[in-house]
Amino acid sequence: MRDSGLKSAAPSFGSLRRVMGLVRKESLQIARDPSSYLIAGLLPLVLLFLFGYGVSLDLRRVEVGLVVEQATPETESLVAAFRNSPYFRVHLARHRQPFEDDLVAGRLKGVVVLASDFGDRLGAGETAPVQVIVDGSEPNTAGLVTFYVQGVWGTWVGEEALSRTGLAVRNVTPPISVEQRYWFNPELRSHNFLIPGSIAIIMSLIGTLLTALVVAREWERGTMEALMATPITRLEFLLGKLLPYFVMGMAAMGLAATAAVLLFDVPFRGSVLALVVVSAAFLLAMLPLGLLISTLTRNQFAASQAALISAFLPAFELSGFIFEIDSMPWVIRTITHVLPARYFVPCLQTLFLAGDVPQVLVPNTLALLAFATLLFGLLVRSTRLRLE
Amino acid sequence: MSETSESSLVEATSISKRFGRDARPAVDRLDLRVRAGEVTGLVGPDGAGKTTLMRLLAGLLLADEGTLSVCGCDPQDQASELRGTISYMPQRFGLYEDLTVQENLDLYAELRGVTGKKREETFDRLLEFTALAPFTRRLAGKLSGGMKQKLGLACALVHRPRLMLLDEPSVGVDPISRRELWRMVYDLVDEGIGVVWSTAYLDEAERCASVLLLNEGQALYHGPPKELTARVAGRSFLAYDPNEPRRKILTEALRRPEIVDGVIQGSSVRLVVKEGEEPPQARELGTADTQIKPTPPRFEDAFVDLLGGAHKVESPLGEHRRETETSGDGGQILVEAHQLTKRFGDFTAADAITFEIHRGEIFGLLGPNGAGKSTTFKMMCGLLAPTAGSAKVAGCDLYRAGGAARSRLGYMAQKFSLYGDLSVWQNLRFFAGIYGVPRRRRRETIDRMIETFSLDEYLDSNSGELPLGFKQRLALACAVMHDPPVLFLDEPTSGVDPLTRRDFWSHINAMVERGVTVMVTTHFMDEAEYCDRIGLIYQGHVIAEGSPDELKDRVRGGERTEPTLEEAFIALVEEYDGGPTDAR
Repeated sequence: MRDSGLKSAAPSFGSLRRVMGLVRKESLQIARDPSSYLIAGLLPLVLLFLFGYGVSLDLRRVEVGLVVEQATPETESLVAAFRNSPYFRVHLARHRQPFEDDLVAGRLKGVVVLASDFGDRLGAGETAPVQVIVDGSEPNTAGLVTFYVQGVWGTWVGEEALSRTGLAVRNVTPPISVEQRYWFNPELRSHNFLIPGSIAIIMSLIGTLLTALVVAREWERGTMEALMATPITRLEFLLGKLLPYFVMGMAAMGLAATAAVLLFDVPFRGSVLALVVVSAAFLLAMLPLGLLISTLTRNQFAASQAALISAFLPAFELSGFIFEIDSMPWVIRTITHVLPARYFVPCLQTLFLAGDVPQVLVPNTLALLAFATLLFGLLVRSTRLRLE
Repeated sequence: MSETSESSLVEATSISKRFGRDARPAVDRLDLRVRAGEVTGLVGPDGAGKTTLMRLLAGLLLADEGTLSVCGCDPQDQASELRGTISYMPQRFGLYEDLTVQENLDLYAELRGVTGKKREETFDRLLEFTALAPFTRRLAGKLSGGMKQKLGLACALVHRPRLMLLDEPSVGVDPISRRELWRMVYDLVDEGIGVVWSTAYLDEAERCASVLLLNEGQALYHGPPKELTARVAGRSFLAYDPNEPRRKILTEALRRPEIVDGVIQGSSVRLVVKEGEEPPQARELGTADTQIKPTPPRFEDAFVDLLGGAHKVESPLGEHRRETETSGDGGQILVEAHQLTKRFGDFTAADAITFEIHRGEIFGLLGPNGAGKSTTFKMMCGLLAPTAGSAKVAGCDLYRAGGAARSRLGYMAQKFSLYGDLSVWQNLRFFAGIYGVPRRRRRETIDRMIETFSLDEYLDSNSGELPLGFKQRLALACAVMHDPPVLFLDEPTSGVDPLTRRDFWSHINAMVERGVTVMVTTHFMDEAEYCDRIGLIYQGHVIAEGSPDELKDRVRGGERTEPTLEEAFIALVEEYDGGPTDAR
């Protein structure tokens, strides 16, 4: 190439043209493929609704049985306290047997027993005048029921102490910590926490599942061979695949974030710019992963399986989205460090709930960019414009 | 262009390619030379190495040994220069089925850097050339096989290549589209482009200036096809007897040691004798009335001779058939279509199709892509309910007593509907089960199929990994397991080489001799020659019906003194269109 000045200008223009041709082609395919609407449009909304309404770490209107073996003014007052609680739907009985069957059958989540000597034990200042039976096969619910029963009990004791000073309540612990229990799981809190995290799940899906299919599809339909016989380069081919899905992922992120704020009243305390930067860094790590899977499997079915296992499930379970990383065993905690979603979820939660906190955002974004560089390098290496 | 001195586009010397260290080379020390302005044919049975060689030429694979130069480029170091000067159409044409015709063309134009005014001119020329102009906004996936092929060609031609590589462009394409494709390719050749065309169809080899005949990765012959055909000059004969059935003559002939090849051709049997041998006497094949006369050799005769002749194993399938069903009574109608009509919306795919097939007869359904052939075939299998009309199989109405009718027919689908992840034995057991072979006879039936089709060496192999010929045998075994009196075959030998096709038809012929009735669809005119009668379907109608020879007779005259079945096919369709009938 002697007249390199002319020649190098022409190919770079041709290169841009080829990339744009591929981008246009890919966009048309996305636009005509119903699964892309499902994954990028409908699925984010479904996930937001699920995490907004469906998944809740709070209890409301739990069916419990209340056994009052001998009615006294004290038991009457305590039953009224349970009835007034928004957390329980109370069923009354004189004996525990029918409720035990209901508990076994799962119709009741807990049984509270006020034994016949309830009044006496209360008067004597004994520590456990109330028995709570819960279903241990649902430990989460069981724990929460116990918790709320304690809450109702504590409140009632406090009120009793105030209203009937004559009663012997000297040995009953005053209800200092009761309010905290109400704060621990207020209704809105879990959903404020889950919805920002679900944006990471949505972007993992678009970034990996959708792109995992696209190179494999070219192989399966025999179009890869035709493309390879044209003068495109590896980089042009990869850019042609990455650009459309990058735009799509960012659009889905915008949609999900807007819906979170407008439909689900999640606060957004950070800046839009920070959200865009962090999300872009995350997508830049996820897209090469999807394409890498696709390139290596060359088969749509295997690629989708690999994408689910390597990106979606870890993002769901190991990113700190639902389960706190700090409470995981150290082996699993170590594994979370190789998952891009682990760095993205805290950024999202911080941006939505706290604001632009550089101590959180900067290191996590740098980690994401490191992943992006590594995966893109691997992708370029494993992409060949030959059949072997 | 006046590169008179050396216009060789491909120079390959002793190139080899193997996949896996211990595997047999897919391409074994091949020499190849492709000249500009010529069509070079790569011909050979399935798995001979045609596609591997194509990919080596396109720079998609690299040779392990030997030297290769394509358009003056080394595929290893100058891949991008190489790709800029060639065009390659892979099998299945490399089209995006979810893009329109125009969008496919646009993509390849962008990738090839064809822009501006030049692009418009190119598109106009290509759309006119391929007659796709009215369909630019149609999705490529909605085109017929022939149109897809033309679009694939157009996409490969958005730039002017020096070398055009076409990998099995005519698989699954009807004779009319095939002829148009050849016309286009000859136009390219006239412009000085070199074309490499790979095919399993030997009649196409005769149209090439030069052929490379491949078998198991090795070259059997490289040169002009005429020279190879000349090697069997004087050894091809047609045997005909007005009274003896042709299938019987064929069976008799194949038993003789001096015969290397025999196929049915219309009402005659085409025979090739060994080098230096005399043809058999009339009495030895049939009766005193049997006429045996020499006929001009064709490429396929030489090809089969070069491969060592047809496999002359008699199909044991015939012997197992119930002896009560002797052939030749010819009276009983076993399959009947009466005024079959199918409409999709306001489009009539099949219009009052009527035909009858007698016991022990092979009936061929022929027609261009999209003519209504597949629709008719599906209705005859009971897979599609007709809008009007009725059909019977072995006396049972397909739409009123569908189950009973279907239990009397065996169906072999185009793509061999086998379970690729099940072993041969598991497939057999499964199909024995669903066809309702009684439990106590299942074992015996399966064993018989294994023996008949020589499947024992592959019993434990996954059927997806079988060589094509064995896949086909297995599919046939599964279709005939329940001993059906009627057999429907949908393009049974599409893309299969001549030897495998002969094996397949020897099984079919043996069954027909025992009274089985066969209906077959095909694009392949040599296969159509095996039929006793042919129904030619076009635009939803049966436009002609008769024996292969009768159809040829109908178009004889003028330039066509000895029309082939393909010429007859094309002429009859054009006649129906009312257009001029200028066969090439």
